[in-house]
Amino acid sequence: MTFALETRELTIRFGGHVAVNAVSCGFAPGTLTAIVGPNGAGKTTYFNLISGQLKASAGSVHLQGHDISGLSAPQRSHKGIGRAFQLTNLFPNLSVMENIRLAVQSRAGMGLNMWSIWSSHKDLIRRAEEVLETVALTAKRDLAAAALPHGDQRKLEVAILMALQPDIFMFDEPTAGMSVDEVPVILDLIRGLKTQGDKTILLVEHKMDVVRELADRIIVLHNGALVADGDPAEVIASPIVQEAYLGIEVAK
Amino acid sequence: MLHRLLSGDLPRSRVLAVLLILIVAGLFLVPFIFPGAKALDVAAKICIFIVLVASFDLLLGYTGIVSFAHTMFFGIGAYGVAIALTRLGPTWTAVAAGAGLALLVSLALSLVIGLFSLRVKAMFYAMITLAVATAFQTLASQLSDFTGGEDGLSIRVPELLTSAFPEVPRLFLGVALNGKIISYYLLAATTVVLFLVMLRIVNSPFGRVLQAIRENEFRAEALGYKTVIYRTASNVLSALFATLAGVLLALWLHYNGPDTSLSFEIMIDLLLMVVIGGMGTMYGSVVGATIFLLAQNYLQDLMKVASRGLSGVPVLRDLVHPDRWLLWLGVLFILSVYRFPAGIVGKLRMKAVVKP
Repeated sequence: MTFALETRELTIRFGGHVAVNAVSCGFAPGTLTAIVGPNGAGKTTYFNLISGQLKASAGSVHLQGHDISGLSAPQRSHKGIGRAFQLTNLFPNLSVMENIRLAVQSRAGMGLNMWSIWSSHKDLIRRAEEVLETVALTAKRDLAAAALPHGDQRKLEVAILMALQPDIFMFDEPTAGMSVDEVPVILDLIRGLKTQGDKTILLVEHKMDVVRELADRIIVLHNGALVADGDPAEVIASPIVQEAYLGIEVAK
Repeated sequence: MLHRLLSGDLPRSRVLAVLLILIVAGLFLVPFIFPGAKALDVAAKICIFIVLVASFDLLLGYTGIVSFAHTMFFGIGAYGVAIALTRLGPTWTAVAAGAGLALLVSLALSLVIGLFSLRVKAMFYAMITLAVATAFQTLASQLSDFTGGEDGLSIRVPELLTSAFPEVPRLFLGVALNGKIISYYLLAATTVVLFLVMLRIVNSPFGRVLQAIRENEFRAEALGYKTVIYRTASNVLSALFATLAGVLLALWLHYNGPDTSLSFEIMIDLLLMVVIGGMGTMYGSVVGATIFLLAQNYLQDLMKVASRGLSGVPVLRDLVHPDRWLLWLGVLFILSVYRFPAGIVGKLRMKAVVKP
């Protein structure tokens, strides 16, 4: 079968340090794959290689079977790879609404339109309002993104990704630093994506209960290498994960 | 109608709206309410600088690119027209040819400089633009066969724009409608058109991307915007509008030289006008240029009056002596930047949000 997304022997070196080491892995549409591993295992770097923020030293990235290793981040975004960032990465002085509208506008391919008034494109605004509704930020639409509390900023980060309507969704610890009552909003959104059936979802997450609940499959990165891959229950139970990732919990 | 004309970007503050109306009305009525050559000259300079400052704001305020080469493009426009009129004689064809060529030169240069901006960090980019602008200034004063060197070029403009036209001018409300008045109104009308075009550009979907790049370039890339293209386009557009401002300057002054359009002093004035008016607001260029040029041209006169009035008071008399006008101009600017870090327009809009 053709994977929606596949990495082949994907590697990046920073000087002598191999941050991601020959990771080969395919991701099927309609599945949610959780990527786990200790801090510094290379999870975020692996994401950066897929979405194009970093260029691989060796190996390749394939989208629907086509090699996209040579494409830039914006080109990959247009091909349908969407990315939410671990460290909140917004347009701080623009309004919540504008943060999302810019994503909708990019998706619509309207960026180079110089002669119309932005506010006359009501369809873009309506679409942004819909997304705003899904993350329950409608009441805060006119606030500057920087003025939002941390949890809302995380929601906005996810909302921007939703607004891009990609085929591949990459979430990098979407619930990090969120208060307990805010987490369900994000989880519901991700669950909703899963039920659409054709989206490929990659999720980096530390909270094992979240992983257990959402993941169809878990892969484990350790020192940049893929060390385990399979059914969530199996992977979590495997000795290598117990030692490499859950070691601290076991020691307790 | 007004909404479309202002591209949906209304002043959003009553005080600002009144201020803008006063400035625009003042500029259009100058020949009738403030007779005399000086008032008309200051008004014309305000118009030209509104275009120049707005074009700089497009680059600095909206895209977040710091460039010191902006007066270079201003100079290219002024020299383009001046050289064409000297070589081809005082015809409209020469004006068009000069402006067209100047725009082409600016396009090519800004494209090259703009492409640099992708390779280097902001600070180094600013340094590169400074180097290029200085080189250009030297070149302009060295190529004296072409540019008239340090003396510059005094030019003859098409007859319609000269004060000798027509031989017997008609009187309107006591003002002789000669070529000087005609050229002032052509200039003011051109300013309005160019300003509205720039206002449209910054309020287009493209303009919104520029602001996104200013805020977080990395994120804009991740959203799928090729920032290379947007930054270059912003550079080119800003250069082209500055060139047009230069064309207007040469046609108004009937002269161009290194000190009137290329000097680094103008670059600093430009920066001050943008900051005082309010970066990233467009309307800031109108307010900033007006206040700055009024202060620059009339502060000394005002102090002369004050000094005479205070001739009996020892220390105060010396403090407001007209020779100290630059000191007071400096104090005014420090105060305004200190009191209004977001510029006058930024401050007014913030206030309007707090108390609607």
